[in-house]
Formats: sequence, C-alpha cells, structure tokens
Amino acid sequence: MATEHGGGHGSEGGLGIDPMHQFEIQRLIKLDLFGVDASFTNSSLWMIIGVALITALTVWGMSGRALVPGRLQSVAELAYEFVANMVRENVGSAGQRYFPFIFTLFMFVLASNMLGMVPYSFTVTSHIVVTFALATVVFLGVTVIGFAKHGAGFLKFFVPSGVPVALLPLLVVIEVISYLTRPVSLSVRLFANMMAGHTMLKVFAGFVIGLGVIGGWAPLAFMVAFTGLELLVAFLQAYVFAILTCIYLNDALHMHH
Amino acid sequence: MPQLDFSSWPPQLIWLAISFVALYFLMARVALPRIANVLEQRRDRIASDLDEAARLKGESEDAIASYEAALAEARGKAHAIAAETRVKLNAALEAERAEVDKKIAARTAKAEARIAEVRTSAIGEIDAAAADTAAEIVKALIGGKPAKAEIAAAVKAARGA
Repeated sequence: MATEHGGGHGSEGGLGIDPMHQFEIQRLIKLDLFGVDASFTNSSLWMIIGVALITALTVWGMSGRALVPGRLQSVAELAYEFVANMVRENVGSAGQRYFPFIFTLFMFVLASNMLGMVPYSFTVTSHIVVTFALATVVFLGVTVIGFAKHGAGFLKFFVPSGVPVALLPLLVVIEVISYLTRPVSLSVRLFANMMAGHTMLKVFAGFVIGLGVIGGWAPLAFMVAFTGLELLVAFLQAYVFAILTCIYLNDALHMHH
Repeated sequence: MPQLDFSSWPPQLIWLAISFVALYFLMARVALPRIANVLEQRRDRIASDLDEAARLKGESEDAIASYEAALAEARGKAHAIAAETRVKLNAALEAERAEVDKKIAARTAKAEARIAEVRTSAIGEIDAAAADTAAEIVKALIGGKPAKAEIAAAVKAARGA
C-alpha cells in the first residue's frame, strides 16, 4: 500500500493527483538510534515548527509582561485562560496540577492541525500513530492517577450503582469495554477528521486542475468554503481532544458516574 | 495509505516524544508561570486600584461632610449675628424714639403753656376792649357813665352766652 504511490504528479492517468501523497513520511535526515529508525522526517520538522511557534507565542509573546497586553500577549493570555477555564469547569481545583499537561496537549494538537492548513505543509495529527500515542499517554496517565488516588477502589468505577445484581456482570463488561475503547475513539476521531478533511481538499483541488479554466470555478468555490470549515474543524478537534482528556481526568479524580 | 506504513512509526513516535516533552517542559517551567504571574499581577493591580478608588471616594465624602458642617455652622453664626444686631438696633431705636418722644412732649407742653398764657391774656384784653367799647356805646346812647363792675358782669355774661 505504501509503495504504490510514486509521487503527487504521477502518471497513473485520470486527474494525475494522488490525494494520499500529502500524508507520506519523507526522511529528511536519516538517523539511527540503537538500531531503531529515528530519522528526522517531514513529520518531525512540522512537530518542531509547532513547538517553536507555541513557544514563541507563549514565551516571546509574553516577554513584555505588560499590564495592558499587546496583540501577541493577548493571544497567549487568551489561550491560557481558555484552557484554565476548561480545566476548572471540567475537573475542578484538583485538576490544577495537570493544567500544564492539558495546555501542552491542547496547544500541540491545535498547532499541528492549524499548521496542516498551510499549503505544502504536513499535518502531524493526520497520522494514527501520533494521535494514538497521545491518546495512550492520556489513557495510561488517567488510569494511573485513578488507581493512585483511590487504590483498588477505582475498580468500583466499572460498577454502576443502583443496578439489579443480575445485570451487574453484563454492565461491568460493557463499562470495561467502553473504558478500554477510550484511547481508540479519542485517537481515531482526531486522525480521521484530519485525514478526511485534507484528502477532500486535495481531491477537490484535483478537480479544479482537471476541469480547467472553464469548469474549475465550482470546485474552487467549494474549496474556499471547505477551507473555512477545515479551520473550524482544526480548532474543534483540538478542543474536543483536550476537553475529553479533562473529562477522563475528572472521572479518575472524582469517580462520580 | 501512508498512515499504515509501519516503518514510519518509530521515527514519528521518537520525534513526537522529543517535541512533546520539550514543549511540556517549556510550558510548565517557563511559559505558564510567566503568564500566570502576569495575570495575577494584573488582578492584584486592579484590586488595589479599586481599593484606592474606594479610599479616595471615602475621603471625598468626608471632605464633603466637613464642608457641609462648616457651611451649616457659618450659616448659623450669620443668623445669630443678624439676630443680635437686629435686637441691638431695635433697642437703640427704641431709646432714641423715647428720647425724641420725651423732647416732643416737653416742647408740646411748653407750647401748650404758652398758648394758654396767650389765650388768657388775649381773653383779658378782649374783655377790657369789650368793656371799653360797651362803655363808649352806652355813653353815646344814653349818656352818663355806667359802673365799671356792671359792664364787666355784662361782658362776662355775653361771652358766656
């Protein structure tokens, strides 16, 4: 599957554009770490760019420490307040310890999604391995926090209260399965949204080229509108990822069902 | 589907770990404390500014109250001075009027005395003139001279009539 695309402007006929080409990993610098491939890829490049931009916004943008903030400082403060409110409302005061992690997660996903909207860029979050890794960190972290805080009592989380005893075994199984599928749903939601949106954009871009000057205007107009929608989705998916993390954290900390 | 090219997973995971951990430490150690600090400073500043405003408002209210009190006091004093002056002036006026009244009364009495004197002397002269005239008339009519006492009695009776 990975070998069949030979390049974006391949000669396979038709419209001549492979919409999946944009997701390909290209090794820019070949590196090897104890026999493991650790090459610096286009994905790595855009991760680093995202980290650099977030750091620039929150460190350099705040360097003035102005009482009345300028533009960059306002954006940085806005992001801070946004995530702080999210944590406060969904987790409460106990969640303050995990605020830096949620903030990092939100900003990283948001920056990756947004940078993916730049033409010729690479969308880090369009790869299931990246989103699944993030979701796994959240899932394992939340589970560890749950057991650390409640001990074996955390297992009661899987036992719904006020249910007939006869139904309990079935419900416990359902609860456990729903808990275990959390990282899957969390990661697939983000990855699928990013991949589908970018593929769609690429397909319609192909239509613009294919239909030429005469017929290409309709897909072009659609693309303009769809780009706006994709920007919304880019923000929304980062928000959903962060808020679900908050909700899972709240479950682990407070256990109310 | 490039996402399922498993050979691309290790470099992605390794660089995800590197960049995410780096970002986490940059945020947790540098960026977030700085933003929190700025926000807290702003909150403190706003709170202290509000306190200062409340303090100044209290001060101005005190100033207004003391001004009002001073004004009321001054007004009261002015009233008192006016009343006192009025009483003093009334007393002086009364005294002067009484004195003038007394003077007028004295003068009136003097004048009345003189009038009475003039009148009595005038009446005496009239009586004498009347008596003389009566004597002359009697002399011209009947000749002879009537007694002076008779004439005086007749004049007196005529005047009384």
